[in-house]
Amino acid sequence: MTFNIIVLAKQVPDTRNVGKDAMKADGTVNRAALPAIFNPEDLNALEQALGIKDQYPGSKITVLTMGPVRAAEILREGLFRGADDGVLLTDRAFAGADTLATSYALSMAIRKIGSFDIILAGRQAIDGDTAQVGPQVAEKLGIPQITYTEEIQKIDLQKVRVKRRLENGVEIVECPLPALITVNNSARACRPRNAKLLQKYKHARTITERQAESIDYIDLYSSRPYLNLNEWSVVDVDADPKLCGLSGSPTKVKKIENVVFQAKESKRLTESDEEIDELMKELIRNHTIG
Amino acid sequence: MDNLFVYLEIEDGVVADVSLELLTKGRSLANQLGCKLEAVAIGDNLGTVGKQVFPYGADVLHIFDDKRLSPYTTLPHASILVKLFKEEKPQICLLGATVIGRDLGPRVSSALGSGLTADCTSLEIGDHEDVKTKKVYKNLLYQIRPAFGGNIVAWIVNPDHRPQMATVREGVMKKEIYSPIYAGEIVEHNVDEYVSDEDFVVSIIDRHVEKSKVNIKNASIIVSGGYGVGSKENFQLLYELADVLGAEVGASRAAVDAGFAEHERQIGQTGVTVHPKLYIACGISGQIQHIAGMQDSSIIISINNDPNAPINNIADYVIIGDVERVIPKMIKYYKKNTK
Repeated sequence: MTFNIIVLAKQVPDTRNVGKDAMKADGTVNRAALPAIFNPEDLNALEQALGIKDQYPGSKITVLTMGPVRAAEILREGLFRGADDGVLLTDRAFAGADTLATSYALSMAIRKIGSFDIILAGRQAIDGDTAQVGPQVAEKLGIPQITYTEEIQKIDLQKVRVKRRLENGVEIVECPLPALITVNNSARACRPRNAKLLQKYKHARTITERQAESIDYIDLYSSRPYLNLNEWSVVDVDADPKLCGLSGSPTKVKKIENVVFQAKESKRLTESDEEIDELMKELIRNHTIG
Repeated sequence: MDNLFVYLEIEDGVVADVSLELLTKGRSLANQLGCKLEAVAIGDNLGTVGKQVFPYGADVLHIFDDKRLSPYTTLPHASILVKLFKEEKPQICLLGATVIGRDLGPRVSSALGSGLTADCTSLEIGDHEDVKTKKVYKNLLYQIRPAFGGNIVAWIVNPDHRPQMATVREGVMKKEIYSPIYAGEIVEHNVDEYVSDEDFVVSIIDRHVEKSKVNIKNASIIVSGGYGVGSKENFQLLYELADVLGAEVGASRAAVDAGFAEHERQIGQTGVTVHPKLYIACGISGQIQHIAGMQDSSIIISINNDPNAPINNIADYVIIGDVERVIPKMIKYYKKNTK
């Protein structure tokens, strides 16, 4: 028994550790100051895929991402951790896509990949936090979805059983395959890179990446076909350009505001006994506590 | 046609707070737009839902009552909303930004090809002019939400597609009775006309739902910890202080990500929004995404060994010092002064 698994992944700016230089003087986001990373919950999804492959050797994991050429970095990251193949969906026509246009593009790429048993994705990406692309891809493909997954407990060719994390509890759900599953960060963390795989795949490149580099390695890519990462455009996946990118996005950004908080005049204290004692007295006196 | 719809989340026949908050917001938006407010109840044992939602100003309540519709699963609820919306053509649909709303909303928006904005923190009505075509759209829903980890706020509109869909987190909008005697109309639908057998392929084998033990949303005092607390063990100090003050313990996203506290304690744009009378921020630097979830606290105390931590700017009291030393002193002097 083997499974064809597709993992949807996104390269995102690391918004979790926004330093002082992350905002420019004019108040806009300085993307260059934020490292681009493999979206954390997509790594949790990849780990669930790797778990299936551990259990059923011969299963194939394809990582699919949409983004600029540099997003191929996360395809290699996926290969280093145990994925078998990578697809980069990249085209100017995809730019400016909202979640609906993104899910359309991804669903067309998945149709081109062809056969799959299960699609795994992170619950949400840390740059937008919308959690919409997974369910929208499932709807476009006409397959069931299970969101907020913490663990794939059991899988056979007909169905999958997963544990979901709800606000106040858990739910065990059974679902026929094919299905799309989104994975929470409460699921087990992704295994690290594997040294052998790092050696094997460190030269894996998409065609555009190869063209931008020296051509010394040209033989390498014909003798080792697994180093050729797939790079697909709107035409390659047979997508309707009108449904992609900005034109395929029903939501429009009207404006962007910077967040400014009203500063207060604050009382500064040290941690001395006297000052803490005085603070507690004051809070009790004005009925804030006690 | 052109009304404002709210999807009701229902557990054991009881409508969730987040849905009542959306009805309150929906009522004021509907008044502004001059349209009706309609609520959709999908589930089982829905007999008292009307009584629960009409005081919040719902004009119409759509009932889909069927044993198979509870507990919630995605496909039948999505099929019902999609068909109902094709029939009723609402201009706006609001859902809770909950596990259910964030599972259902995108499925429905994809099927209808309409836009959806997640986790809005504010909803307003206003006009919009398309920059390129100069076409002017009247009375659109401004869907206002933080983005980019909370560093910016985006105003989103759906000019051409209906319904304009948005999800909102619990606690962001206020729940308020519109009129205790408000009378709405109940429309009972025949569920079989809306769902097919294929909608029931996903089955729930087991389900444990507990009333949350954590109630930070309604706490009047919150002791909250950030990454600067340092460890799960150090978080115990926060529990001790909370215990003495009769407070709840909250946490920043960084502290939750680091495993210091449970997810349900997370305060901020991706957690709970709180407005206690006292907020004690321990080792919280004050990323925008956190501040947005607690800035309405009446009094804010920041305990931080970094005098330049951003949170200090919005604090009433700033204690420059170590959480590990300051909290035991707070406990000691609170006890001494209340004796």
